[in-house]
Amino acid sequence: MRFIGLCQPVLALMLAPLLRGVINKVKALFAGRCGPSVFQPYRDLAKLLGKGAVYSGTTTLVFRLAPLVGLSAVVVALALLPIGSVQAMLAFPGDIILFAYVLGLMRFFTVLGALDTGSSFEGMGASREVQFSALVEPVLMLSMATLARHSGSISFSGIYSSITFGVWMQAGPTLAMVSAALLVVCLAENSRIPVDDPNTHLELTMIHEVMVLDYSGPDLAFILYAAALKLWVFGALLVGLCMPLRTGWAMMDIAAFLVGMLLLAIVIGVIESMMARLRLLRVPQMLVGAGAIAIIALVLVLR
Amino acid sequence: MQVWTDVILITVVLTNLALTGLSSLGTCIRVMALQGVLLGLITIGVQREQLSLHVLVLVAGTVAIKGFVFPRLLKRAIREAAIRQEVEPFVGFASSLLIGSLALPFAIWLTGRLPHLDAGVSPLLVPTAFHAILIGLLLIVSRRKAVTQVLGYLALENGIFVFGVGLARQATFLVEMGILLDVFVAVFVMGIAIFHISREFDHIDTDQLSQLKE
Repeated sequence: MRFIGLCQPVLALMLAPLLRGVINKVKALFAGRCGPSVFQPYRDLAKLLGKGAVYSGTTTLVFRLAPLVGLSAVVVALALLPIGSVQAMLAFPGDIILFAYVLGLMRFFTVLGALDTGSSFEGMGASREVQFSALVEPVLMLSMATLARHSGSISFSGIYSSITFGVWMQAGPTLAMVSAALLVVCLAENSRIPVDDPNTHLELTMIHEVMVLDYSGPDLAFILYAAALKLWVFGALLVGLCMPLRTGWAMMDIAAFLVGMLLLAIVIGVIESMMARLRLLRVPQMLVGAGAIAIIALVLVLR
Repeated sequence: MQVWTDVILITVVLTNLALTGLSSLGTCIRVMALQGVLLGLITIGVQREQLSLHVLVLVAGTVAIKGFVFPRLLKRAIREAAIRQEVEPFVGFASSLLIGSLALPFAIWLTGRLPHLDAGVSPLLVPTAFHAILIGLLLIVSRRKAVTQVLGYLALENGIFVFGVGLARQATFLVEMGILLDVFVAVFVMGIAIFHISREFDHIDTDQLSQLKE
């Protein structure tokens, strides 16, 4: 365990809700509105934490456990992620697999919590969430396999410290394809626009939002916070790849990383402003498309 | 230089995948046009010595015919035959995409099995050509409409073009001009044929055409 590795979780815990604020601000500016302050997500969290929770009589312990498990799982995932060449808090060969399964655990409990309410809407959302994540997970694993093969390391810290400008010049097409696949993974996992609309509150079209309809108060705050952290986690995967600035100075790397995260939030905001949500039938098509791109990248690296 | 040739070749592979996965006919035709322009760029990329007049004529001809004339012809065929803007595959989009992406390892394996096919330009050149040919075959057998079959035929021909440009750099001019002319005539005839078929039978579903009885 390394002290400097604490940077990633600490920064994420402090700044993750800000990412949502920036996305909402960009969307508001695109629509010609002034929009809420970028700090609004913090105020929402504070408000929810001050409220009491209401539990339906049909729910069991699983329903109360789900937000806690989700939040702790995503914090574990954060501890595995490096910033540039700054090593992660926990780094060992094969931490990629742990990362995927920790996030899988989070999803599993969210789905269980949704099914526990016995609501048919939430069951439908759970079914969609599971269907799409079954398509997204292979894309993530294929992308990571490509990077692992390219860098010769099977730990995040090894992979991300090996990606430099030189590597981009030499293997640009492959890395660009992996970045594209990871962007789709990031949008799909965080239920952003081409897959799901985070603003809609019509149960029939929602995926992630519909699963958390029955939560209130601190539980909902935990879920919103975990969702913000998850966006940060997948953003960090993408930014680490697309900002190949490895100076060796921890401060410079971290500053470049934060600028990258800000740019990513703006990019997501622009995508959400310019695109419409895809029809549900089209979503698997897009996810398989991202999978095909990841397969091509892997084949090119294995060649 | 080789990096850029690789970038173009990979883009050609991706455009071929897009052809298998896109459901809008108009977008497919635009992707095909992009592929035509990319083929012109490959022709420049594989040249080692100074660009000669022959090469420039070939590039201009390729880009003009594949990038602009074919898309126009196909768009006109669609408009005049009033075809619905959807692809209607026999094999679904997701499976087509998977087959398409697995065709690349197969193409690479095939290239490794064939002796002395190293064009000295890029190790990706021959696999890209085989991949395009396989995608072309896939599109021809797995799509319902005559227009999409024309697209498959064009993808197939583009594969042969890449193959020829990379391997036969000396004889390339005559051969390629001949092929371009053939394909031009073929697409022209198909465009007219689609129009007439649709006027006779109200649709261009080739699956139903095979069951016609006089």
